[in-house]
Amino acid sequence: MNVPLTWIKDYVDIEDLGLEELAKVMTMVGLEVDEIHLVGMPKPAGEKHEFKYTGLSWPKDKFIVAQVDEVMPHPNADRLVLCRLNDGDEEIIVLTGAPNLYDYRGKGPLEKPLKVAYAREGAVLYDGHEPGRKLTTLKRMKIRGVDSFSMICSEKELGISDEHEGVILLDDDAPTGTPLVDYMGDAVLSVDTLPNMVRDACMLGVAREISAATGKPLSYPDDQIQMTGKSLAGRIDLKIQDPELNPRFVLGMIEGIAIQPSPYWIRRRLNLAGMRPINCVVDATNYVMLELGQPLHAFDYDSLVARAGGETPTIITRTAKQGETLVTLDDIERTLDPEMELVTDTAGPLSIAGVMGGEESEVGGSSENILLEGASWNFINVRKTVSKLKLNSEAGYRFSRGIHPAMSEKGVRLCLKRMQEWGGGVIAEGLVDKYPNPQVDPVVALSASWVNDSLGTALKPGEIAEILSRLEFECDIDGDVITTKTPSHRVDIHDGIIGRADLLEEVSRIYGYDRIPARRLNQPLPPQKVDQLMLMEDKLRELLVDLGLQELVAYRMTAPEREARRFPPDDMATEVAYLEIQNPITVERRVMRRSILATLLEIIEYNCSLSNRLVLFEIGPVFHPITGKQLPEEKMMLSIGLTGLREMPSWQGDQPTTMDFYDMKGVIEGMMSGLHIDEVQYRAATHPSFHPGKSAEVLIGDDIVGVMGELHPLVKANYEMAEPPVYAAEFELEPLLKAGRILFDVEAVPTYPPVLEDLAVVVDEDITADRVEEVIKKGGGETLAKVQLFDIYRGKQLGESKKSLAFNLTYIAPDRTLTDKEVLKVRNKIIRLLNEELDAELRS
Amino acid sequence: MAEKEQAIEKLEQIKSTALAALVEVSREEDLEAWRVAHLGRSSAVMGVFSSMGKMDKDLRPLMGKAANEVRQALESALEEKQGVLAEQALKKALATEQLDVTLPGRPVTRGRLHPLTQVLGRITRIFGDMGFQVYRSPEVETDDYNFTYLNMPPYHPARDMWDTFYTKTDGVLLRTHTSPGQIHVMREHAPEPIRAILPGATMRYEQLSARSEIEFAQVEVLVVGEKVTFAEMKGTLEDFAKRLFGEDARLRLRASHFPFTEPSAEMDVGCFVCGGTGCPVCKETGWLEILGCGMVHPVVLEYGGYDPEVYSGFAAGMGIDRSTLMRYRIDDIRHFRNNDIRFLKQF
Repeated sequence: MNVPLTWIKDYVDIEDLGLEELAKVMTMVGLEVDEIHLVGMPKPAGEKHEFKYTGLSWPKDKFIVAQVDEVMPHPNADRLVLCRLNDGDEEIIVLTGAPNLYDYRGKGPLEKPLKVAYAREGAVLYDGHEPGRKLTTLKRMKIRGVDSFSMICSEKELGISDEHEGVILLDDDAPTGTPLVDYMGDAVLSVDTLPNMVRDACMLGVAREISAATGKPLSYPDDQIQMTGKSLAGRIDLKIQDPELNPRFVLGMIEGIAIQPSPYWIRRRLNLAGMRPINCVVDATNYVMLELGQPLHAFDYDSLVARAGGETPTIITRTAKQGETLVTLDDIERTLDPEMELVTDTAGPLSIAGVMGGEESEVGGSSENILLEGASWNFINVRKTVSKLKLNSEAGYRFSRGIHPAMSEKGVRLCLKRMQEWGGGVIAEGLVDKYPNPQVDPVVALSASWVNDSLGTALKPGEIAEILSRLEFECDIDGDVITTKTPSHRVDIHDGIIGRADLLEEVSRIYGYDRIPARRLNQPLPPQKVDQLMLMEDKLRELLVDLGLQELVAYRMTAPEREARRFPPDDMATEVAYLEIQNPITVERRVMRRSILATLLEIIEYNCSLSNRLVLFEIGPVFHPITGKQLPEEKMMLSIGLTGLREMPSWQGDQPTTMDFYDMKGVIEGMMSGLHIDEVQYRAATHPSFHPGKSAEVLIGDDIVGVMGELHPLVKANYEMAEPPVYAAEFELEPLLKAGRILFDVEAVPTYPPVLEDLAVVVDEDITADRVEEVIKKGGGETLAKVQLFDIYRGKQLGESKKSLAFNLTYIAPDRTLTDKEVLKVRNKIIRLLNEELDAELRS
Repeated sequence: MAEKEQAIEKLEQIKSTALAALVEVSREEDLEAWRVAHLGRSSAVMGVFSSMGKMDKDLRPLMGKAANEVRQALESALEEKQGVLAEQALKKALATEQLDVTLPGRPVTRGRLHPLTQVLGRITRIFGDMGFQVYRSPEVETDDYNFTYLNMPPYHPARDMWDTFYTKTDGVLLRTHTSPGQIHVMREHAPEPIRAILPGATMRYEQLSARSEIEFAQVEVLVVGEKVTFAEMKGTLEDFAKRLFGEDARLRLRASHFPFTEPSAEMDVGCFVCGGTGCPVCKETGWLEILGCGMVHPVVLEYGGYDPEVYSGFAAGMGIDRSTLMRYRIDDIRHFRNNDIRFLKQF
């Protein structure tokens, strides 16, 4: 909301409060000031400001209230006039092209001088002819042979609005010779209104908060009116069909009003607050809405009579009938549904209750008799209507957050008064007021000790009551207990414990959060629980980083066709259930992902042209809808991806090689050993995403926990990837973390020296290395501490389909130094078993 | 006697010849040749020892002693020379073995945590030190957990504060904040006291731009117990913020509104980019919003299984992406989930 400073000053005296300080007070109590837009006022002195300032200042010596005493034709130009202007000091001839002065041209000295905003030579203002807001400095120049060095200003040039059709004509009482900033300088504070503070979406509400925070008294606008016209009774009927939806409806009438522009200062205020001035009737409804927060609606009474066929019109509030339509003020035909509350008459809908009026009963230039509506509506119903029609209006904004029914009457009275002030006419005697569903203003009792226990303060009952009284709660103190009655402009205070919390917020924010002490937690430490899996997950993350991998954090939202790319084209058509997003931001992200592998491959695709080495991992959830369950299963997964160079190239000229299957296996082995998982097996396996000969399932015990391998060439072709093969692995996190051990056995460091020797055996090609290792271990028994493959050799002299595997063997005994004889015995046993079980020969 | 003098003279001769030869040796590798020549088996001084048998019995001890002295003198001269030459060789080597230290080192590749995980880790450790425990809760939630249990019944105006992704499953949405985790933790612990933090991904319907993301990380903080006060919330969050942003960080709490807390507040920290003088990052205010907080609303306590007449608590929620963005002056929030390796490897 845009809050002009001068408007606030109507209700609370803040002369001694600087602009910066005022904005700070407002921000601290919850009216966050986003920006301060200067409209004439100077920027506060000092280097440091806590707010963003925009706009234009009007220096006192450059911008003056002046009067034009005579408008004369320009000798050489039809579209220019010369004004004999008095700025209080001297008389100057000022050149202008403002069309709204043409009428005065050549009429000789004016009986009633025109009051204008005058800018002297050297003034900095906005260029009226440039689009947007562009600063310019007034310089002396000749226009069509006439000297020009100063200017009569339009609203645009002064930064009040974008209006540049004519110059500003100030109200007649504007004092000639006064600096313009003193007469109408202003600053507009743009405030973020919190959803629970719609009571402050008006000037009086903002002023009330300032008054409460500063202790300065609040003064209400005078709404005393003279109802000297004919009684309204009998000239309009009113029926409320559903008091739940329409708790109160108030009507007043003014007759014989002239539809004319409002006074200039009213129009300026409306402009600054962000509303376009229309005429004195519409302006009055808008002005009072901005003043009190109560939206109002003006009907042309005579058009209602005409709709009623000349009879007494009847206003009926009811929900729409199926298929009913209404052309709203914005000239759009709206189709209404039976949930929408309407204001109607016997001829049909007049307006959408609390949202927007209809075109037909709109006040026009020829209207004379105005029927004014002030009503109260159910905020949920208004919210539904606003969201269904996607129709945002100032009224809808307020009513959809809740307006107290008491404001209906206050609004009507004040608005009738404003209309009369600005357009004349006679106010009809009496109001038509139906209030079938009175608002109960909660009475809440709270004790000072409870307040202090909740806040950590030491406030006395009187202090608490004082704060609440400033917000217009009626307070009674009885010992420690303050009983409060909610003021009749608030619908956000509840009964009972919730009401106490509501009041606690009021007390604390007005008292000031900065005055509440800061303390450390007083409560005993809650029972400490260990989440074993989370502990292991952190460990796993660190482990993978230690293994040289870069962690990823990725989007959960994707598209099925994006994920399908992880399969070869022929395998893609599998129908799978996704958790689908109803209102996706783009079709590219319309479901929750099912595959962490798909995410990984997209990230590799994105990066493979950016780096010749990628070593990546992600830990994150995938989402699998489950039939019969409302929520999907969120399964935590781990992905690992490797591609490109094994090492980064260096200037020393060693040619780095590209990574292969065994780099991936090394990472996984490193991970498993880091997690102290022993029972790991790798089993050749097929998986649609992977190369059938270069992929494996990873098992812990008998359970498959993951899959790893080289990306299938057909899958790789689905992505724009670089030449080196891509290796990927995918694990379910939970079995991995459950198998991991925080505690594990540490073997004693051997005291006696080990015996090391090599063993090379020749076996058939189809015998796997782990099979050979297994037999070696079996033969070696306890004495054999370690077996490590260090070479694989294939050659003619070994024969067809044969290979040689060479191992380092480490023998050790915990209690003695092994003798050669002992070692030989074990070695022979190994050789014998290899020969028996694998038909292996010792390589000579 | 003449034999004796002669012999001694001969020894002196041997010694001076050898020492003279040693002076000539200038390279370490020539020392061995000198040793063989002058102290080796067939050297002159060793010859004296081997000819000892032919000597007069009375002379033998005397000569033995003299020959030994010569040998020892030569040995220590050798040792000394060795030292001198070694020192010279080292000096020379040090003088000539000059590397170009400006050449780049051999590339060692290290792993890294994602920047968001790193920042989250710092936050978790700070709260961990204060006795907070980490919990996780689902990213896909029911409408009830995301809104209703947090005091936002259907059509509550505050629901507008979150632009929500709904799913095609009735009543299921992508959580817009980590706050539903409050209910999960409370229901698991009631009526025990709670000190918990809940990190996690959250999702909001926003137009993707350099400033706004549809997915981002948050941390929720929750304390529940008897007589937990606003003052303790302020103290705890200030302690946290000072550890995260520095001892001297300027902090302020100002009034705000969240449906699930009352009173509610925003905590601002003095802008760490401009130091408070105003810059585009802090929108010229000198302050950056870092977290929202407040006393847990009675309705929320009740949904969580705690009697609001007995228990109270506070909660806070902070976005990780935005504060990381501001801290490192990152130009585009989308970098975090784009995973461009050139971005990630800077952390």
